[in-house]
Amino acid sequence: MRNQLLFLRNGKVVTGLAILGFFTLLAVLGPWISPYDPNQVSDALLSPPSAAHWLGTDHTGRDILSQIIVGARGVLVVGLVAGVSATVVGVLVGVTAGFVGGVGDESLSALSNMFLVIPQLPLIILIAAQLPSAGGLTVALVIGATGWAWGARVMRAQTLSLRKRDFVEAARANGERTWRLVLAEVLPNLTAVIASGFVGTVTFAVLSQVTLSFIGITPVSEWNWGTILFWAQNNLALQRGAWWWFVPAGACIALLGMALTLVNFGIDEIVNPRLRSTGLHARSLRRRGIRPRVGFTPVVREARS
Amino acid sequence: MSADVHTERGALADAGPAAAEPVLEVRNLSVDYGFGDDPTHVLREVSLTLRRGEVLGLAGESGCGKSTLAYAATRLLPPPGLITGGEVWLTNREGTRADLLALSDAELRAARWRDIAIVFQGAMSSLNPVFRIEKQIVDGIVAHQPRMRREEARERAAELLRLVGISADRLRAYPHQLSGGMRQRVMIAMALALEPQVLIMDEPTTALDVVMQRQILEEVMELRERLGFSVVFITHDVSLLVEVADRIAVMYAGEIVETAAARDVYAKPRHPYSAGLLGSFPPLHGPRRELTGIPGAPPDLSAREPGCPFAPRCPHAMDVCRTELPVLGRTAQGEDNRLVACHLHTTASSTEPLPPSLSR
Repeated sequence: MRNQLLFLRNGKVVTGLAILGFFTLLAVLGPWISPYDPNQVSDALLSPPSAAHWLGTDHTGRDILSQIIVGARGVLVVGLVAGVSATVVGVLVGVTAGFVGGVGDESLSALSNMFLVIPQLPLIILIAAQLPSAGGLTVALVIGATGWAWGARVMRAQTLSLRKRDFVEAARANGERTWRLVLAEVLPNLTAVIASGFVGTVTFAVLSQVTLSFIGITPVSEWNWGTILFWAQNNLALQRGAWWWFVPAGACIALLGMALTLVNFGIDEIVNPRLRSTGLHARSLRRRGIRPRVGFTPVVREARS
Repeated sequence: MSADVHTERGALADAGPAAAEPVLEVRNLSVDYGFGDDPTHVLREVSLTLRRGEVLGLAGESGCGKSTLAYAATRLLPPPGLITGGEVWLTNREGTRADLLALSDAELRAARWRDIAIVFQGAMSSLNPVFRIEKQIVDGIVAHQPRMRREEARERAAELLRLVGISADRLRAYPHQLSGGMRQRVMIAMALALEPQVLIMDEPTTALDVVMQRQILEEVMELRERLGFSVVFITHDVSLLVEVADRIAVMYAGEIVETAAARDVYAKPRHPYSAGLLGSFPPLHGPRRELTGIPGAPPDLSAREPGCPFAPRCPHAMDVCRTELPVLGRTAQGEDNRLVACHLHTTASSTEPLPPSLSR
């Protein structure tokens, strides 16, 4: 197998990617594969799951399954856009602050510290409420603009430690330009931190957006899983025992979060070359009863091929 | 004092006249790197015996398995290292023998440092920069002897420092306040804290200047006489080994190719690789000679060829060397106390004598 595809042999990564792929498929094909129009009312008011409505209907007879399928797009787009924008800003600010030092570091650190102490959700609510149209993309950008500070913090700390390492000094002594030092020497060592920061931000963005929809900040006509929960909450789904209304949406959110976390676990083992062999052979190691640990080299007595 | 080596066929006892009881016996130790289907077999059935009070030197080029052998024997090899077979018998002070590879985690942890201590390659950075060295030594002692009071442990720490030639008032120093040589001594003092049976020194003086090297080694050798522990000394500095070791095991490509008393290896190498190693550095005593070195590089252990691993670089390689792996056995001269893994010695006869470089 080619080296670039090695990460596909990690069980956690494959599971996570499979779930992500499933949701991505829903997000892309949503409007075409949903059995009903999610806004179409019908006579079947608040009916439990049946052959006609696999996940039942809400108080106006709208199909829940269709709402979930169509709503996937909103969730994923917001997660992705917010994740990418927050990560890009975080890396730019953090790595720059860590590498340049001095006044630049001080001011950039002050900026990210400011964003760190601002309570995030109220700020998002305020900004979203002020904007004329608080649609998906706007929310995503607002989340991105407020959620980069932690990443920048971590990135700065890591860069500070990296830029003093011997290999960076050696590259500097070789006459490499500063931007090359940053891009070719420091950044590759940050891959794991960036990737896990990205995954974390996506999770945070999805949860923020679901929260915003749930409390009704974003337009309720725009379907996402939070909107479903908004309607369920407003119409006392729990008290009426209409579990099919909120459980599937909640499960989808949890599943997406789990998928992102699984990918995150895998990234760590793939990006760190030292952990790679362990991560790639986790299954066979378990089967052979080997637990790789530092300080206690495993002993196996098996027939050698 | 002697070390002997077992082959796969079984023990080839070569108890010398001064043979003491063995403290550390490595038997058929095999080590792989890599957890996948195609691991690299780094060590192949290596056997080695360390006797009480002996200094055993492990020599060889970089990457021939010296450190791997030492770390595998103590189960300190980091992932993806994997021990795939063998036994490591250690006799502790009470005289009980235990297989280090079969011990439970707790037993192994207890045996470490108490019975077998290691001075690491990077001993300079093995001290924690934020604690005074007193705390670091005391913590170590108390971890192994919970019933010892801290004052006692502190006294012991002072005693240890004096042992390695540092005045006891340096106990209150932080590591950065000590020179490299002093830090090295502190590491050796710590290793000796619990009076281990075996001290493994993995290139302990590589980062030091020769004056300091000599001082520290002389101290270790003197302490060994006094405290009666055994030393496994790993270095690629063969001239140093010849000076300090009682016995030398020459390693090549993860196998021991020759083992003999240090002076014999130096004066009369029997394996072409040993001869090549000796020809790579100037002799400390005796007449000057041409430095020859060894052409080529050590083999890639992940793509082993059949036959002797040294054959491609060997000036005396024969046909059989490329097809059959030589095993450790007696030399053609039939000398006691030394073993060599070379076809030249098994096939040598009156018609086909050994090359002059190996029959001195």
